[in-house]
Amino acid sequence: MGDNYIIKLQNISKKFEDDVILDSINLSIKDKEFMTFLGPSGCGKTTTLRIIAGFLEADSGQVIFEGKDINSLPPHKRQVNTIFQRYALFPHLNVYDNIAFGLRIKKMKEKDIAKKVGEMLELVNLKGFQKRDISSLSGGQQQRVAIARALAVEPRVLLLDEPLGALDLKLRKDMQVELKNIQKRMGITFIYVTHDQQEALSMSDTVVVMNDGKIQQIGTPIDIYNEPKNAFVADFIGESNILDGVMLDDFKAKFSGAIFQCLDKGFAVNESVDIVVRPEDVDVVPYGEGTISGVITSNTFKGVHFEMIVDIDNFKWMIQTTDYYPVGTKIGIVIEPDAIHVMKKSEYSGMFGDYSSFSDELEHLSDVTAEEEE
Amino acid sequence: MKKTSLGKKLTASPYIVWSMLFIIVPLIFVAYYSVTDASGNFTLEYISDIGRYKDVMLNSIWLGFIATVISLILAYPLAYIMARSKANVQRTMMMLVMLPMWMNLLIRTYSMMILMQDTGVINSVLSFLNLPNVHMINTQGAVVFGMVYNYIPYMILPLYNIMAKMDHSLIEAAEDLGANKLTVLKNIIFPLSLPGVASGFTMVFVPSVSTFYISKKLGGNTFSLIGDVIEMQFKSANNYNLGAALSMVLMVLIIICMMVMNRFTGDDDDGGVLI
Repeated sequence: MGDNYIIKLQNISKKFEDDVILDSINLSIKDKEFMTFLGPSGCGKTTTLRIIAGFLEADSGQVIFEGKDINSLPPHKRQVNTIFQRYALFPHLNVYDNIAFGLRIKKMKEKDIAKKVGEMLELVNLKGFQKRDISSLSGGQQQRVAIARALAVEPRVLLLDEPLGALDLKLRKDMQVELKNIQKRMGITFIYVTHDQQEALSMSDTVVVMNDGKIQQIGTPIDIYNEPKNAFVADFIGESNILDGVMLDDFKAKFSGAIFQCLDKGFAVNESVDIVVRPEDVDVVPYGEGTISGVITSNTFKGVHFEMIVDIDNFKWMIQTTDYYPVGTKIGIVIEPDAIHVMKKSEYSGMFGDYSSFSDELEHLSDVTAEEEE
Repeated sequence: MKKTSLGKKLTASPYIVWSMLFIIVPLIFVAYYSVTDASGNFTLEYISDIGRYKDVMLNSIWLGFIATVISLILAYPLAYIMARSKANVQRTMMMLVMLPMWMNLLIRTYSMMILMQDTGVINSVLSFLNLPNVHMINTQGAVVFGMVYNYIPYMILPLYNIMAKMDHSLIEAAEDLGANKLTVLKNIIFPLSLPGVASGFTMVFVPSVSTFYISKKLGGNTFSLIGDVIEMQFKSANNYNLGAALSMVLMVLIIICMMVMNRFTGDDDDGGVLI
């Protein structure tokens, strides 16, 4: 085993009753990397995490930890620790005793424990909180104690199950930065579960996009965003216009009734494909001067930009601009070759990427259901 | 939330009226009788008479305590297993726990008498198997057995309740930090279940200490508990004032016991019931 993979999942499958939760997951996790499992509710990301932690056993397949099969190893013997969704701090113990819990099991001397607890509290910016009651802490502080408690036992891998889910937006952003810093400083592997794509993109070295119990794509945040593998990934990560298209030839795609230059090649001549165009990559020009044209059907101010829904050839596009155009304006559209991403057809083709039924309210609703999670 | 709405007050009122009529007012009567004599004059004679019944009272508390501890030892593992079982198993077990309570306490105690008599069912079976007979009825053991048998559901229920409510991720977190099953039980489950222990302790201890029927049927005339003495004052001796005084003292003693108990469990969480 000359590689530096700390954990390998091989053909992991899991069923609950008759529901397939995980369908033959294969994944290699490098030592010291920040990996994120990203996906909607019920995609299997938390189940995968629990299998790594040892709380669940896979129906089939192997969990390999540094070359050794740890399938039947109980959680308390694994060198991984978990940050739980609702922190799971022991309510009958104070901050000190919570953090010391794992150290006492290791039979560490009380003097060393006190030192370690102090260090951990300093790491999570809670110096002097030793004597505090758990119930007297805010959500963010409880979160920090949970991190300190898990890191105190010096795990090789830290598993984080939507750890920021219960925090408000501002605190969440701060904690994202802080978690990333802690990971770098401790030099250990983080495996992070979230349904928040922004969180996944901004923190991870590697993102694993999951849906329906399968891995959809593994890659760096930039890869995942710029080169989505299928319509699901393109839609789940950021906003995407996903169109039916045909590859006429290498570097030449036809969609929306026009022919565009692009940077993609290697498709069969006249192969049907899915075309992804990100809303921020579309250039708006005066009517008649674009490759294609359309009518603005709605326009919402978003602060940094305007978000317009534009009807082009009966397909509703989302386009983001910094200039304001009133609803009803006819506009021309230009798309640069590097703004076009061509994907092979998949089972998700045609399911996403059309903004005809789009509304902020729906978007919001789907966020709320996503937060309730498995 | 300072003001309680009229609606809320109205919904609470039937219970308030009920407890006034059947709890508070009778209590006042008991308190009144305990410090007056037959003609209604103030006296502490009956309260100070308590010394004569010291042994009975201590014995009652002692037997009640033993019954409560036995109930706790039996109920704790059962409640734990119940709380960890599948939902349908939990329902079945819960029904089995409740089943004896569908029968009247008097009938249950009576049937126990039939079981434990010198010529009762158990001894008949023993004779049939050529085993020596055991004298059970009219012993303190029989009374404690009766208390445990009758009141153990009140121990199981609060324990089960608090264990079923326990956040399972706490147990996982402890395992995650290296705790084996025994450590989890000792350091997490047991301390978190203490309010349930306190609750169950109260609900078994109080009726056990003050019972009179169980001791009368299973203890015979060999000895009596304080409950029997009090009952006698009201029924045959017709000495309401002494009965009331004994009741008051017993009540105070029970409250003291409960306070000591709650001190042990640090009972300030939910799930605890004070009498």
